[in-house]
Amino acid sequence: MASIAPHFSVLCVVIPLFGALLCAIIRNSRAAWLLAVCSALCSFLCAIFLLIHVKNGVVSYAIGGWQPPIGIEYRVDSFNAYVLALISAVGCLSILYAHNAISEVSPQNRSWYFSMMLLCLTGVMGMAATGDAFNLFVFMEIAALSSYVLIALGKQREALVAAYQYLIVGTIGATFYIIGIGFLYVSTGTLNIADLALRITPIKTTIPVLTGIGFLITGLSIKAAIFPLHAWLPNAYRFAPVPASALLSGTATKVALYILLRFIFGVLGAQFLLGTFGFYEVMVTFSLGAILCGSIVAVFQKNLRRMLAYSSVAQVGYITLGVALANENGLTGSLIHIVGHGITKAGLFFVAGSLLARLGSDHIADLAGAGRRMPWTVGSFIVLSLSMVGLPGTVGFLGKWYIAFAAVEHGSWWLAIIVIITSLFALIYMGRFIEMAYFSSRNEEKMKFLANPMSWNMGLSVAIVTGLCVWLGIDTEVLIDKARAAALLLMGANL
Amino acid sequence: MKQNPIIRIIVKLLVPFIVLFALYVQLHGDLGPGGGFQAGVIMAGVVVIYSLIFGSTAAEKLISFSIIRSLIPIGVLIYVGVGLFSLIKGNNYLDYSALHAEAAVGQHMGIFVVELAVFVTVFATMTAIFYAFVERQRQNEEDPE
Amino acid sequence: MTGSQILLQLNYWLIIIVMMMGFYVVLTHENMIKKLIGLGVFQTSVYFLYIVPGKVIGGTAPIIASGYQVYSNPLPHVLILTAIVVGVATLALGLALVIRINEAYGTIEEDDLYGRGEWHQ
Repeated sequence: MASIAPHFSVLCVVIPLFGALLCAIIRNSRAAWLLAVCSALCSFLCAIFLLIHVKNGVVSYAIGGWQPPIGIEYRVDSFNAYVLALISAVGCLSILYAHNAISEVSPQNRSWYFSMMLLCLTGVMGMAATGDAFNLFVFMEIAALSSYVLIALGKQREALVAAYQYLIVGTIGATFYIIGIGFLYVSTGTLNIADLALRITPIKTTIPVLTGIGFLITGLSIKAAIFPLHAWLPNAYRFAPVPASALLSGTATKVALYILLRFIFGVLGAQFLLGTFGFYEVMVTFSLGAILCGSIVAVFQKNLRRMLAYSSVAQVGYITLGVALANENGLTGSLIHIVGHGITKAGLFFVAGSLLARLGSDHIADLAGAGRRMPWTVGSFIVLSLSMVGLPGTVGFLGKWYIAFAAVEHGSWWLAIIVIITSLFALIYMGRFIEMAYFSSRNEEKMKFLANPMSWNMGLSVAIVTGLCVWLGIDTEVLIDKARAAALLLMGANL
Repeated sequence: MKQNPIIRIIVKLLVPFIVLFALYVQLHGDLGPGGGFQAGVIMAGVVVIYSLIFGSTAAEKLISFSIIRSLIPIGVLIYVGVGLFSLIKGNNYLDYSALHAEAAVGQHMGIFVVELAVFVTVFATMTAIFYAFVERQRQNEEDPE
Repeated sequence: MTGSQILLQLNYWLIIIVMMMGFYVVLTHENMIKKLIGLGVFQTSVYFLYIVPGKVIGGTAPIIASGYQVYSNPLPHVLILTAIVVGVATLALGLALVIRINEAYGTIEEDDLYGRGEWHQ
């Protein structure tokens, strides 16, 4: 077992890639879908194996036999493995959901669409698994380019413009990242992230390094849709086909947050940030901006998916709030919320897609009375939105609890109060839809029932996600354990 | 442009030389400028110039769109296949020394096969982009009628 | 470094000027193809940023030869080849999107676009 274990770190990236290429050759869309689900599932199993194995120590894997720090290294530690498990789970569920959910794509091109979804999964898995900064850029661009394609195939023509805007902004973000890495490479001479952490210690306050870090953080904030740089997100999530929105909301932004945390805490170190930058003030301002603006704008949205997109902006604000507090509980809360929000938001998009497929619309006004027509689906929406609000017993509660606790520990009582009050905003915007779905009977006649019932795979995805939400919320040790191990790793030494 | 005899004859004479040049660039990648990307683009240029002179239907008869569509992933599959072959032999992923008993020969073979894979994919992608444009032009011309 | 030494770092001045020119074009121009061109210029300056420090002062070409101890760094060239390919792929995808947008809307000016679609739905 020990001899095969390191190979899993590269297999979890190569298996989706291999699956993507085979899907592109197969013409039959059903066979391509089965292949895609199988390869995503294999990748998920590799990630779970790594999650279990990483307790014995860091898994370091030299690609091509060339030893680090000269060669490219895939380095999986407890932080990495945690994120790998999340994104492979969301990827697997999104591809499972996608079978009859992409009516926008013509049937002869559907196998290419699954290929693109698998390529996006390859990109994000590679971003999470690698330990080399330039290799990370390559995987970042693989994920980004395939996500531009995934978004552009939406039903309305606005999807094309949303994809174009995301392309421009995302490429600027990736180029900022590469400028940052360029400055760091010139200053230290290495591209390996672990080696960078060692070599950067004596020169942390020199101007090239600070400039590089500035560019790097800005570029990654663009990719993670952190508050002022989030403008691409609402259009992209609104107009993309539903499986693509679910995949992107659960993986792409979360991996960008992972890399941000890896560079901020892993390379620079928590003590450096709290001292030098003004980091706390800036991050708290942006987090509060994200939470307030995201939640308030979400309240006024008429379209279900656009509301979920603005809600995503707000939830990323909670995550960065935990990061700003930079203590162990804050980081634990952020990491728990990364998983919690990733799973919950993917589930909410699945439900929105099911309602779109069966009832023909995703405008909240058109979905009046949906609760009586599709009781199980809207029931899972209720459970998932309770998780988004943060009800105890669901996974959304855990993250917010730890972040509020960390705020109290830090001495900022007002932040904890804000976290609690703004969760009520989520109740408002989620509650609007639930009220419309159950207690409004105006549109009974106008609601179109499309011919095909909801396919079994869509229902299965929704059920699995809802079950995960509740299970992780009740059996809390599963998540808290791993998140705390990752947070301790980040707060600890420079690795 | 099919009617113009000079262009037709010159292109027919030149095409084999351009193909030869593409293969030269491909195989001399480790000795001078060259390698898979450049050779793939030159080879795609062959299809483009043939299609410009003799028309897109003749080019489709030469290499059909479905073959090109399948070639795009096949190149990358060769690359991934080399990596997985090293994995099966017990070394790390993409460790070319596993391809032959001597490590140096293995490295040489590995890079050769990988550049070939890059050539196939780049050629297929560039040709597919060109064919997509031609297809779009054809559809736009049929629509108003 | 003294003022005249800073002014003599012509390579780095060029990098910054090209970078800011490209970035300015992306930010201010409304035409979608011009934005893509600006993006390309922006990315080109980043290639310079890697290659210019790769030349080691007093170093020869990075091919092992007897009698030479100092070689220039070959790694940035490899990194930039990858980055160039990524840039080409992004440009190709962007142009394909612009063609589809032109067919769908009839225009590729962003301010005209916002009047024509259903954006706040």
